[in-house]
Amino acid sequence: MENRRTPLYDFHIAHGARMVAFAGWDMPVQYPAGIKAEHLACRSGAALFDVSHMAQIEVNGDGADALLERLTPTDLEAIKDGRVRYSLFLNETGGVLDDLMIARFEGALHLVVNAGRAAHDISHLKAHLIGADTRIKVHDKRALLALQGPGAATVLGDLGLDLDGFVFMDIGRFMLAGVECVVTRSGYTGEDGFEISMAASAAETIATLLAARDDVFICGLGARDTLRMEAGLPLWGHELDETINPVMAGLRFVLSKRRREAGDFLGAKQILQDWDFGPKRTLVGLLPTGGRPVRDGTKLIMDGTPVGSVTSGGFAPSLDAPAAIGLVESQLAEPGTALIAATRGRETTVHVACLPFVPHRYVRGS
Amino acid sequence: MLRYSEDHEWIQLDGDIGTVGISPHAIEQLGDIVFIELPEAGATVSKGDAVAVFESVKAASDIYSPATGEITSVNEAMLDDLTSITPDRATESWLFKVKLSDTSELDEMMDEAAYAAMIS
Repeated sequence: MENRRTPLYDFHIAHGARMVAFAGWDMPVQYPAGIKAEHLACRSGAALFDVSHMAQIEVNGDGADALLERLTPTDLEAIKDGRVRYSLFLNETGGVLDDLMIARFEGALHLVVNAGRAAHDISHLKAHLIGADTRIKVHDKRALLALQGPGAATVLGDLGLDLDGFVFMDIGRFMLAGVECVVTRSGYTGEDGFEISMAASAAETIATLLAARDDVFICGLGARDTLRMEAGLPLWGHELDETINPVMAGLRFVLSKRRREAGDFLGAKQILQDWDFGPKRTLVGLLPTGGRPVRDGTKLIMDGTPVGSVTSGGFAPSLDAPAAIGLVESQLAEPGTALIAATRGRETTVHVACLPFVPHRYVRGS
Repeated sequence: MLRYSEDHEWIQLDGDIGTVGISPHAIEQLGDIVFIELPEAGATVSKGDAVAVFESVKAASDIYSPATGEITSVNEAMLDDLTSITPDRATESWLFKVKLSDTSELDEMMDEAAYAAMIS
């Protein structure tokens, strides 16, 4: 089957992108500057990413909150209009079916889910619909851009957006170059930043306007991945899957207090047991010694015994060193613990480290 | 004469000593190189053996010996500055020299024109 293309496919080609297949889409993995330069540009300035492959789903009607509460551990009442929450679709054993953003905006719920899980998530939502008072609408004629980095707010301010009082995890409607956009102050880099949703037909105009600026660097999925790894942000299929629960993944904050006390979400029994007594395995940072990266799937060993595995591994440009995330037995989660990563017949010593590797720099409300 | 393998190694023969590197195309495809493991001088290798590793930000790539013989020297100097390994410096960024057991082993390898056709 042909891969899908975002509205910015021609834009990527024109900017010299190397395109790769990702979750059924043709996506730019990097531009000529390369992953390291793109990554560092995002940490120091402003970086533009095309994330239109992610699915934008609207849920509205009287049953919308109840539907999301059936499938996630989030207290929907606590999401006020104009606010965004990070959440998880859970299964009966507390494993994660996907991670997602839930925004309440102009009376409806707006979800953004992973491209590779979109078909699953849409079926999942539809399968749990009760009654005719809830509607699910997939906005497949919309594009999504991410503008990330400490310079992102200045760029949008220059273009006329009034961001006064618009803080991390806010959502609002803004005019950008005459185009109506729905903007969230959020992202996947650990930096301040914005995700900008617009009609697909306007995406190239907006992307071209942003990319033409000296203070904006265009970045591909390669840099997006190294940025999120340094920020300790999970990627479904790596740090999250059906066998990994939110407590193991260091995502206790996702479990809303009211939902936790009621124990009324999918997988509550297993998750609350881990909440109280600690999980058997825990996600940790890993810093390899000797300069050689360790890669996803590498087994972690202590005293000849398997004790975990690498979930994401590679190079961290901001550290100028290899770095990784791994799932290890919880008694080994202490920073500084030395483990052996057995890579293709070679052994690398890795030290457990705290996540994130690079501190988050979100702009929060007072 | 420069010969190329299907795995993007090149070998330049001088007598029975071959100098081995990777093609400009391969360097470009790898992207930012962050770690290299070279073979050890004195090691005996067979054609097709994985003898070196290039690690980029995203992935690890094995480098295969295009010939059978003994490694006589390795280019340790290239490790001092991995950013100097660019497509236009593929010749300077040679990896190792190998004393070939049988130089006719290279006969089946591609010449420059055939390699250019393969990657186009």
